[in-house]
Amino acid sequence: MEVLQLLVSGLANGCVYGLIALGFVLIYKATEAVNFAQGDFMMLGAFVTLGLTNAEYMDLPFWIAAPLAISIMAVLGYLLDFFILRHLFGQSQTAVVILTIALGFVLRFVAGLIWGHEPQTLESPLALGDVQFGGVVLGMADVAVIVVTFLLTWSLYQFFQRTKLGLAMQAASQNQMAAYFMGIPVRRVQGLIWGLAGATAAVAGILFASKGAIDPNAGLLGIKAFAAAVIGGFGSLPGALAGGLIVGVIEPFAARYLAAGYSQIAPYALLLAVLIFRPHGLFSQVRVKKV
Amino acid sequence: MRIHFKTTYEQDIRLFPDLWTACVYGALILLAFALPYLINEFYVGEVTNVLIWAIAGLGLMLLTGQTGQASLGHAAFLAIGCYTNTILIEQGLPFIIAFPLAGVITGVVGAIIAIPALRLHGIYLAIATIALSILADDIIVLLEPWTGGVSGKFPEMISIFGFEIERWTMPTRFYYLVLVVTIICTLFYRNLLRSPLGRAFAAVRDSEVSATAMGVHIARTKATAFGLSCMITGWAGALMGYYAGTFNNETFSIVISITLLMMIVIGGLGSIHGAFFGAVVVAFLPQGLSILKDGLIGGGVAIPGLETGVFGMILILFILFEPMGIYGRWLKIRIWFELFPFARKDMFRRQKSYLKTERLR
Amino acid sequence: MSLLEIKNATLKFGGVVAVNDLSFSVEEGEVYAIVGPNGAGKSTVFNLISRFYEPYAGEFTFDGQNLLDRAPDEVADLGIARTFQNIELFDHATVLQNLLVGRHRHRKSTLIEELFFAPRVRAEEHRHREAVEEVIDFLDLQPYRNKMIAGLPYGVRKVVELGRALASGPRLLLLDEPASGLSVEETQDMRWWIDDIRKQMGITVLMVEHDMGLVSGVSDRVLALADGAKLAEGTPAEVQSNPAVIEAYLGAGAV
Ligand SMILES: Nc1ncnc2c1ncn2[C@@H]1O[C@H](COP(=O)(O)OP(=O)(O)OP(=O)(O)O)[C@@H](O)[C@H]1O
Ligand SMILES: [Mg+2]
Repeated sequence: MEVLQLLVSGLANGCVYGLIALGFVLIYKATEAVNFAQGDFMMLGAFVTLGLTNAEYMDLPFWIAAPLAISIMAVLGYLLDFFILRHLFGQSQTAVVILTIALGFVLRFVAGLIWGHEPQTLESPLALGDVQFGGVVLGMADVAVIVVTFLLTWSLYQFFQRTKLGLAMQAASQNQMAAYFMGIPVRRVQGLIWGLAGATAAVAGILFASKGAIDPNAGLLGIKAFAAAVIGGFGSLPGALAGGLIVGVIEPFAARYLAAGYSQIAPYALLLAVLIFRPHGLFSQVRVKKV
Repeated sequence: MRIHFKTTYEQDIRLFPDLWTACVYGALILLAFALPYLINEFYVGEVTNVLIWAIAGLGLMLLTGQTGQASLGHAAFLAIGCYTNTILIEQGLPFIIAFPLAGVITGVVGAIIAIPALRLHGIYLAIATIALSILADDIIVLLEPWTGGVSGKFPEMISIFGFEIERWTMPTRFYYLVLVVTIICTLFYRNLLRSPLGRAFAAVRDSEVSATAMGVHIARTKATAFGLSCMITGWAGALMGYYAGTFNNETFSIVISITLLMMIVIGGLGSIHGAFFGAVVVAFLPQGLSILKDGLIGGGVAIPGLETGVFGMILILFILFEPMGIYGRWLKIRIWFELFPFARKDMFRRQKSYLKTERLR
Repeated sequence: MSLLEIKNATLKFGGVVAVNDLSFSVEEGEVYAIVGPNGAGKSTVFNLISRFYEPYAGEFTFDGQNLLDRAPDEVADLGIARTFQNIELFDHATVLQNLLVGRHRHRKSTLIEELFFAPRVRAEEHRHREAVEEVIDFLDLQPYRNKMIAGLPYGVRKVVELGRALASGPRLLLLDEPASGLSVEETQDMRWWIDDIRKQMGITVLMVEHDMGLVSGVSDRVLALADGAKLAEGTPAEVQSNPAVIEAYLGAGAV
């Protein structure tokens, strides 16, 4: 029973990592940039929802606040691309990496100014109550997290595989120049992807904040999500989710069965091992550059 | 405008291209040595801080600016340098041996760590180094018997043949020590740039396939770059330990790693000047901000995240408007004055380019 | 003995057979051209010689030594230099530095010596520089010596890439489409240079080229390739009049 309990709570955490990782992968797939601020997007999404729905702020009903927050984050993602990232078009990946890290610092600072640095909890209907399955007690929030994550991953996957826009987004990332000549509005597509990543981050944020308290530094969780994305292979959405689940499940088990100092290390040790032995993720095939 | 009339190849090989440049830098070094007689001890300490950051910046610059590999984990090597130096001295080695050795050991460790990381490109390397930086913190705690764990360590007073140096009681002596290390590291850097290995670094950075076709061993070259970078970073770490006076597992956190990388980008990637310009920003930003804050909203109010937030904003502005960093801007201003009044605005226009995919799948 | 000898080379990419049981040899001192339609496997042959790809089967001998024993970076040490179809220069370095990288295989100094810029490093730098200056004079690159590659026009980059290969002092020079994208005058220059490289410098040239004018102008022998296999081999005139070659270029039924 204890094992099952650990597994479920690990899965729920893993889903949050997976959702953030999903944001990484979305942006990577479409723009070949990596958004190191994705974790801070998540934090911001949570705070925006909290600001809209909590009694001491605007006190809107949760089911109005949540979609509103998701839309706000989508617009924010689009605007960030429009005002900042678009101007990096053609610069090296490293420039984008550093820029998004800086962006994360700025977002953390701004969130701290607006909502303060004390941990706060989201007044969310998801946070109420437990459900029992046999001997396993599950928080409602955990169940919601798992269900929403799987639904979201599935729809995004379908979107990329089946819709014209999704395919255009993939094409734009393979070869910007060629996509441009083939009439794909590369820049607009990139903006949309950033919007989508913002929305995903907001969903992750809402779910995360339903599970526990949130503060401006919660975005640092992004680093673990990052490990998840890498473990899953950066190019694939289901891979990102799988990576998230792996990291999420490893954590409670390491904490339970390993000595104190070693348990925090586990996800990163796994990350390094994956990078060394399967540098492009557990689920990928590798080709060499053609000359 | 100065015009170079080249008469021998020696002119491109020499440390300074012409007499004028040699004089400028000579004067700069003289000024650096005279500095303690010109400003008070507090500021000598601040300049020392700038120089230490500049050394660390040179270390990372060699890797990122010259070889094109971004590391977000260099704080780990600052830590290795710092702990190694302290432990070696505790074991009874004199500073004059322990300090150089600490850098060399850091370099060797760096090169060994780099070997598996060599297969990684761009972001993957960045991620691996982040993990390294996070792990370093935990590992220092786990190695408590040597590292002192969470309670940390205090470096012993430096003694070079009986000549004592201490950061708090003798800031001027410590400043001279740091200055000498800075000059040596800068010379190493400059020497590398004008020799075959430095060119191989650039070759690896710009095109691995053609570097290979020209006989450059990619893995070995990258590992060498990593090793040299870590060696210099290790020295900076040892000096940071003395400067701080005490250090533990949290002294060399991932924030330091990130600050270091941002610093060289703000300074200007790929140039020695960039490391120094960036260091000035990093070292004086906190002071500048606190003076501003006191002026605007009165002292005593703490705003967490202010420094990193402002630093982040500065970095974003630089990447957007001056990707070449402060050094790039400085060059433009200089050229503008040299050409005055003939400089035209479009001279510095950036070329538009498209992304060629580096991704394999 | 031939300088370069390739026997029964085969390479597959997944289902695509890029090189199919190909054999040919290049004699010392000649200019040998490979022609063929797009995707025939010409560049792949070069990449096999450079050891970028591991052949599925086949023997590769250069000057009596087995090429397959060498790592990709050791090929240059044997005296094989190359250019690339899509120009692979070091964009953020000057022309001079690019050419000096060509000298890398002659590096003798060690890391420690270079850190201290020991006298030997200085002496060698002089030697490298002299060799590079000869190339610069030969290719008329003087005006570009200290220019960044990133700002140079396409035609000049092609010449710099040729120069970088020459600077390494090769015995065999592999040129992948040296004239593609060049103007008529630039192609003319390229033709003279290839002639001089062979006659004055005594370097053997193996090149891939689509421009039949250039091919018949400079090469002694031509190999026609289609779908990775040999179609015809012989003097330029022979190959150009070979019915199989004409068919491969113009499609079935053209003969
Ligand atoms: N790295 C690779 N991975 C997969 N397939 C490849 C790779 N390199 C080449 N090919 C395939 O091998 C075949 C031969 O390619 P190659 O580049 O040698 O042609 P080429 O004769 O040089 O053509 P071109 O005249 O267009 O340069 C092509 O079908 C190409 O798609
Ligand atoms: Mg080709």
